[in-house]
Amino acid sequence: MRRVIRGSDPTGYPENMTVEVNAELIAESSRTRDGASVFDRLERLLPLVSKPIQYVGGEVNAVHTDWESADVRWAIMYPDAYEVGAPNQGVQILYEVINERPDALAERTYAVWPDLEALMREHGVPQFTVDGHRPVGDFDVLGLSFSTELGYTNMLTAIDLAGIPLHAVDRTIDHPIVLAGGHAAFNPETISDFIDAAVLGDGEEAVLLITDIIKEWKLTGRPDGRIGLLQQLAKTGVVYIPQFYDVEYLPDGRIMRVTPNHAEVPWRVRKFTLMDLDAWPYPKAPLVPLAETVHERMSVEIFRGCTRGCRFCQAGMITRPVRERSITGIAEMVQNGLEKTGYEEVGLLSLSSADHSEIADVARNLADRYEDSQTSLSLPSTRVDAFNVDLANELSRNGRRSGLTFAPEGGSERMRKVINKQVTEEDLIRTVTTAYAAGWRQVKLYFMCGLPTETDDDVLQIATLAREVIKAGRAVTGRRDIKCTVSIGGFVPKPHTPFQWAAQLDHESTDSRLHKLRDAIRQDREYGKAIGLRYHDGKPGIVEGLLSRGDRRVGRVIEEVWRQGARFDGWSEHFDYERWMAAAQVGLAGTDVDVDWYTIRERQQNEVLPWDHLDSGLDSEWLWEDWQDALEEVAVDDCRWTPCFDCGVCDQMSTQIEIGPTGVVDLPMPVVSRPSFVATGGGA
Amino acid sequence: MSRQAPVRDFAPTVQRLRIRYAKRGRLRFTSHRDFQRALERAIRRAGVPVAFSTGFSPHPKISYSNSAPTGAASEAEYVEIGVTVECDPGLVATALDSALPPGLDIVDVVVASSSDFAARLEASRWRIELPEADRAQVEAAVTAFLAAEEVEVQRLMKSGMRTFDARSAVAEAFLVPESESGAAGAPEPQGCVILELVVRHTTPSVRPDDVLSALRRVADLVPPAPPRVTRLAQGPLDPVTCKVNDPFEPDRAGVE
Repeated sequence: MRRVIRGSDPTGYPENMTVEVNAELIAESSRTRDGASVFDRLERLLPLVSKPIQYVGGEVNAVHTDWESADVRWAIMYPDAYEVGAPNQGVQILYEVINERPDALAERTYAVWPDLEALMREHGVPQFTVDGHRPVGDFDVLGLSFSTELGYTNMLTAIDLAGIPLHAVDRTIDHPIVLAGGHAAFNPETISDFIDAAVLGDGEEAVLLITDIIKEWKLTGRPDGRIGLLQQLAKTGVVYIPQFYDVEYLPDGRIMRVTPNHAEVPWRVRKFTLMDLDAWPYPKAPLVPLAETVHERMSVEIFRGCTRGCRFCQAGMITRPVRERSITGIAEMVQNGLEKTGYEEVGLLSLSSADHSEIADVARNLADRYEDSQTSLSLPSTRVDAFNVDLANELSRNGRRSGLTFAPEGGSERMRKVINKQVTEEDLIRTVTTAYAAGWRQVKLYFMCGLPTETDDDVLQIATLAREVIKAGRAVTGRRDIKCTVSIGGFVPKPHTPFQWAAQLDHESTDSRLHKLRDAIRQDREYGKAIGLRYHDGKPGIVEGLLSRGDRRVGRVIEEVWRQGARFDGWSEHFDYERWMAAAQVGLAGTDVDVDWYTIRERQQNEVLPWDHLDSGLDSEWLWEDWQDALEEVAVDDCRWTPCFDCGVCDQMSTQIEIGPTGVVDLPMPVVSRPSFVATGGGA
Repeated sequence: MSRQAPVRDFAPTVQRLRIRYAKRGRLRFTSHRDFQRALERAIRRAGVPVAFSTGFSPHPKISYSNSAPTGAASEAEYVEIGVTVECDPGLVATALDSALPPGLDIVDVVVASSSDFAARLEASRWRIELPEADRAQVEAAVTAFLAAEEVEVQRLMKSGMRTFDARSAVAEAFLVPESESGAAGAPEPQGCVILELVVRHTTPSVRPDDVLSALRRVADLVPPAPPRVTRLAQGPLDPVTCKVNDPFEPDRAGVE
């Protein structure tokens, strides 16, 4: 029964697959594609694995739809552990949007840990959904939401455990469409061998459109088989089908051109943009997992997009324009969500929440409403602004004031001009002084290391800044128990940003700079003990860089490293840099390029970038000018409050900034119908 | 830290409600902490007027006793909550049951009449299903176990590996006759041997898996498939009949 599957793929992938699969059993699970539950078989394995609760589902607000009643069936995956994936807003939104359709259903699946993976392979249990414990191979679509590239190896595990051929070209009409979305899908080239399709941008309308197309295809007898469906999807201009494009390379390894190889396939694929957030108040019934997760709270997205223009920030670039949810819409979602979940904390999410045009009224109204209810409200406050402290004070009226977080990102004034983070040292000191004076004791500061043009001195100024922060805190409070935590992330240049052309800093230099900073803080007798420093070494950033800006040739590296056992690359205890580098040696053999070429090499304006045929709306000329402005330390303002600077998005996508204020200042207190538990006669 | 906790009006506890709940089916894999979070949220969803402690971070007044291990199902788990309004226990039971996910089910709610509840939980009755096991072999192992005066087993605890006796806490152990095997619920798959135990609550507590370790120790009994464990009852132990009685009886009688 058991056999070793060897790579038998015509494109010449290395034939060294060592993963044993009880393939026939897995295949059998999906032969009829009837969605029959595999829970009985899984249940026997659960006593043998850690935290089995993560695999059983049963969340409050989970949806159960009859398999037969749906024409189109989605398995939605967040390719990380349940504890990370379950709170993900994107997955929860799409899960609801699809399940609201009478003709469709969606179930969720997450990455299984290696202990369960080994048992599933031994006993032939396929990748399953946590809702109905149905085999993922039985669904029409396996939709993956990639927040980060470090989930790619987990995708391969899931595809393989589902009994789906690893390579898109090997799949038949009996296999699900493997579809990638999320921020990493703005450059899906490195995983183009493994996915059938990718969608850029907001997913709500995308999943509805794709559901319509699949339904039509199925109900008309699946014309032209799998390719026929992919063609229908490609024709829309908003679903990218990698196998319909050919990539040619120049002798020096750069891309020469990317051309469609199929009729009716567009040269460029556009992103989706959802314009009216108030019309899409999802999730309406957020999931409440039984297992402990990384976010034990409910989230309400208060706006989407950001035009602050931080040049390192991919999220801010690819989600333009800014679209706000109104104060009324926010309040309704908070109230409804709390009633349906019973959570005790609500996070008001966005890329820069204090920038909402009505945020002061939002904060005051919500604080009034929930003052006596043991409900806490939080604002991920990343901007260095005293106004943020006022908001945090308002929201924590009834709670305790432990820590506030700000993100100056760059240690020196010069660095902050390069990255367009318009914060002066005086701003920062004024802000933290306000915070300490208001009773906050701990301030957390986020920085990056490895930014373009950065020198040792730029990073060492982080220590100076932290020292000034403690000094100011001690002065304003007259106390010595003031703390400041400095967290440093390694900068990874991302596609569709002005820094997409930049050379990434090699990991040795990153480590050396961070060690110098650590030593500078340690040697500071007066302030050193009050400053906590958190950072990671530079190696994971190099792998992330390879996957972020890689092209189709990197696919072999991902497959090789996965075959060698790579899983859960976002987890330091599972990540293995040496294994990745060894896989890159194998995967890139025979090409003229290597890891350094993808990561620490600066690109020129005329280079064809792997994602140039994917349209985020940003004008490439503008991005280049902004990159030049960065090098000249020139700042660019926010188009919400200054004239448009032609980034290109609104023109190309026919969108516009959607912000308030709406004029609604005071919300009526909600009518809460308190249930009565008082005995109505006869007594207890 | 010398900041004072904000002055708030906290309604005092006017009534304590004792809740018996069950952990069934796939939700038997919830840990104690998982259940705690689920219950606190269910209380909020249902709008039960739970009392809060005072201080910087007020906590709902909920006390748990003696929870079954992760992976074991139970028909008899107990928790007590303080409420700020006198409630009809039946209404609370209905509301909480519908706010909890199916599989975490409220079985019974009574008004607490005294504060000695933990002491009433003297013993547990457990049911251990051993799928695909050989009946004669299990029978022989149980006989050997009961014949022994002491059977030392080991379990990894927070304090490290501990060795303790698994025999003396077991008041009763027997195989459920084959004809009755399917009686308690879903029909059992063929060849499923069912063992019932009455175990006194001791320190360290002897759990069903400790008894299984002991059966392995005395008779090399190795279950061919993972056993399924269910706590059937918890309460005062009748030393003569080995019956585990209902711990809510004094509350129902209104004994002060």
